[in-house]
Amino acid sequence: MTRARLSAVCVGLSTSGCAGVQSIAPSAGAHTSAFNSLFVVFLVVCGFFYLLVIGFLGAAILRRRRQGEDGVPALFRVWVGLVSLSLVGLALASWLTDRAMASYGDKGPPVRIRLTANQWWWDVEYLGANPSEAVRTANEVHLPIGRPTLIELQSNDVIHSFWVPNLAGKQDLIPGRTEDIALLPRKIGVFRGQCAEFCGAQHAHMALTVVVEPEAQFRSWWRQQQAEAPAPRTPEQLAGMTYVTTRECATCHAIAGTTASASVAPDLTHIASRKTIAAGTLPMSRGGLYAWIADPQGVKPGAHMPYIGLEARQLDAVVAYLETLK
Amino acid sequence: MIARDGPELQGAELHDRLTRTWSRKPGLIGWLSTVDHKEVGRRYIVTAFVFFVLAGVLALIMRTQLARPESGLITADRYNQIFTMHGSTMMFLFAVPVMDAVAIYLIPLMVGARNIAFPRLHAFSYYMYLGGGLMLWIAFALNIGPDIGWFAYTPLSGPEYDPGKRADMWAQMITFTEVAALAVSASIIGTIFKQRAPGMRLDRMPLFVWAMLVVSFMVIFAMPAIALASGFLISDRLVGTQFFNPAEGGDPILWQHMFWFFGHPEVYIIFLPATGFVSQITETFSGRSVFGYPYMVLALVATGLLAFGLWVHHMFATGLPRMGYAFYTAASMTVAIPSGVQIFCWIATIWSGRPRFGVPMLYVIGFIITFVIGGLSGVMVASVPLDLQMHDTYFVVAHFHYVLIGGAVFPLLGVVTYWFPKITGRMMSERLGRWAFGIVFASFHLTFMPMHWTGLMGMPRRVYTYPAGMGWDALNFVSTIGAFGIAIAVILFLVNVFTSYWKGELAGPNPWGGTSLEWATTSPPPPYNFAHVPVVESRTPLWDADGGPLPVMTGLRVDERETLLTTLIDAEPDVREASAEPSIWPLLAAIATSILFVGSVFTPWAVVWGAIPVAIALTAWFWPKRSREPGEEPVIA
Repeated sequence: MTRARLSAVCVGLSTSGCAGVQSIAPSAGAHTSAFNSLFVVFLVVCGFFYLLVIGFLGAAILRRRRQGEDGVPALFRVWVGLVSLSLVGLALASWLTDRAMASYGDKGPPVRIRLTANQWWWDVEYLGANPSEAVRTANEVHLPIGRPTLIELQSNDVIHSFWVPNLAGKQDLIPGRTEDIALLPRKIGVFRGQCAEFCGAQHAHMALTVVVEPEAQFRSWWRQQQAEAPAPRTPEQLAGMTYVTTRECATCHAIAGTTASASVAPDLTHIASRKTIAAGTLPMSRGGLYAWIADPQGVKPGAHMPYIGLEARQLDAVVAYLETLK
Repeated sequence: MIARDGPELQGAELHDRLTRTWSRKPGLIGWLSTVDHKEVGRRYIVTAFVFFVLAGVLALIMRTQLARPESGLITADRYNQIFTMHGSTMMFLFAVPVMDAVAIYLIPLMVGARNIAFPRLHAFSYYMYLGGGLMLWIAFALNIGPDIGWFAYTPLSGPEYDPGKRADMWAQMITFTEVAALAVSASIIGTIFKQRAPGMRLDRMPLFVWAMLVVSFMVIFAMPAIALASGFLISDRLVGTQFFNPAEGGDPILWQHMFWFFGHPEVYIIFLPATGFVSQITETFSGRSVFGYPYMVLALVATGLLAFGLWVHHMFATGLPRMGYAFYTAASMTVAIPSGVQIFCWIATIWSGRPRFGVPMLYVIGFIITFVIGGLSGVMVASVPLDLQMHDTYFVVAHFHYVLIGGAVFPLLGVVTYWFPKITGRMMSERLGRWAFGIVFASFHLTFMPMHWTGLMGMPRRVYTYPAGMGWDALNFVSTIGAFGIAIAVILFLVNVFTSYWKGELAGPNPWGGTSLEWATTSPPPPYNFAHVPVVESRTPLWDADGGPLPVMTGLRVDERETLLTTLIDAEPDVREASAEPSIWPLLAAIATSILFVGSVFTPWAVVWGAIPVAIALTAWFWPKRSREPGEEPVIA
């Protein structure tokens, strides 16, 4: 079941299979494009030196008849000069690329996000111009294409690392500090990020969905996320809401517009609009919700979501309610 | 009546008397009391290879788990323990100790000494090393193996996020290996500085001796950083200090600075001895002294110094100031210059010599082909913009396995083949050796070459599983096949070792035609190493002698353990020095220290009460012997 399940997570992100949604190629951001150019420069220079070494080694092995150092000391000086010069060149190229990357955050009015890492999920806050625009979600960020996004990075527990390879390199999230990273998306698509610093038992299941979309779509998404949770429409949904807001769930989770307002676990206000459950562990679907709520420790052993032991009727109601939280 | 070696005491009688003086007592107590560097060295080598095999088995389990996506072979918890144990064992219990182990066996022979300096100290070192390794692996067997990575970043390794004793086991194992490594380094530096054969000036030392000299100093400068770090960690966990707790004014990044200030030199502590191996093998199998000897020495020293200026390149993603990063990029790339010099000089030696391609030489060639790839990918990850993508991905896993397996394990396997006849008196099978080399070389590249792509395609390190369809499946499967290939090669190598140990062809003193002093004595060497102290007049003493006897110096006592000390730079005979007798106290001191260390995982009072037996054992160890009567010192002619 696991294999099919994860393939489903992957298909949840992209209709054309998953290869490339978490990769330096295809590049979808200015930083990764710059990385790719610099990488090619390094690859060519390093490849050249490797061929020189292997050529010299091969010649040394095959040349077995004569003896003597003829020309070797001169060659040695040339070699040391060549190595040193190339290293200066590479260091310079690296430094210039780094300077260029540092300027990408200034290219236009930025979207501001505060991302707080937790064992093993991402807390996402969009910081609008005024408090009414603020949005809280989890494990999924939406970014407008062509505009920089500035992300404040914090951690609530251990060191994590923010990494969306298609867009940019890594930045660690360190408890007690606020770090930041700028992104400049240049390609529409759904990408996947993943914690890159070992952070404990479920380090492998700490993914982040990144949706790069046109400005208009991004704005409508943001507006929709600002809304409170819709009211339940059926008795079953109402029962679900009652359970979620008055029982175990509400000790950790928040749902805007209800009495559930805790903030130690992902915000559920628009959970059904997200593409995955439990930081990329399961695809967002009725089956996924059932699996996660019924047996979180089977799906993601060690996660802080406890086993509750809902009766079948309660589970049906809770899932029915959560599915309405678009 | 004082007896000395000299013209009137030669041959069989000299051999008998020296053997009587330098042998240890038979029996278990005698076995445990030995201070003979050859016995301790052999135990060290065998123990290190046992840990190598154990950590290799863990690697196979990990590769099996990762062979396919979402494999349920082992749980996340078990996987995290396994990758921590693999890294910690390979780094702390195999790679560093095995280099020390070979040095313990070879350095006294290569410099023409009767025994290593501070013989009891190096025996103590072995028992401490063994104690640390046993503690870690027993903890792992009891399911309290560390699960925090071999780097143990705080606060994940702190009291809040790793309750229980798992991180303590890791930190205390570090303490054991620190003590062991520092003790060995003191012995090796003492041996190299003061016990060289007369005439072996600094510029005539074999390159392996140079490498170990540099490495021993690196250990002495690097180990205090990790000692402090692991000490802080243990006190955070045990007595509530807050060195790494940001909520109380501590700093988790402090850990990373201290860890990598040790951790990067550590890589060169592993690699530089391997360059010494490569130099020795290349010299012997090319039939000429290594090209560019002074440059090779300078490269060793330069690498040793630069190694301490690179540690921040492990921390590019932590958000330190970018201008500072540029310095560490430049420093990291600079290491490519001494490495480039060494590579050139080895190839130039082959080029201008008459190379023979025995198994040790095959490993040298495999080393060059492999290590240079790792070095070049190292230049890539030295660049900040490149590293920020590659950091903590399988690209880096590929990079450091190219450097550590290609750069250190290949030369090690070569040098085991090379010095096996010296240690056992028998040759290893050439045929099996070639098979093992071919398989390990091909399988290594099959395992780790694909990981460059796996990493660039976005797979992070230290994940116990991964989703299907990310483009990583086939690459991971290939890596797993390669890993089993490496296992087959290692098994073949070990079969070769065991069968050759009993049935190998007899070697004679100098089967490869080497030129350094270890080849001047019998294989295996007698307990006293050399009947007379050899005298050295060039870098290639045995080739100068051309099969004849070496010039020697006589006049050392044969009725007591006595060694010759020479001057530091020119190795002129200086004083004669008594060499320590065998003693059980190093073992008892190691046991007492181990009890203190293990106890302090559970209660700080273990440090107080545990210090008493340690003090007793050390007092007995250093209890003054009857001093020699004055006036019996002769002048060495």
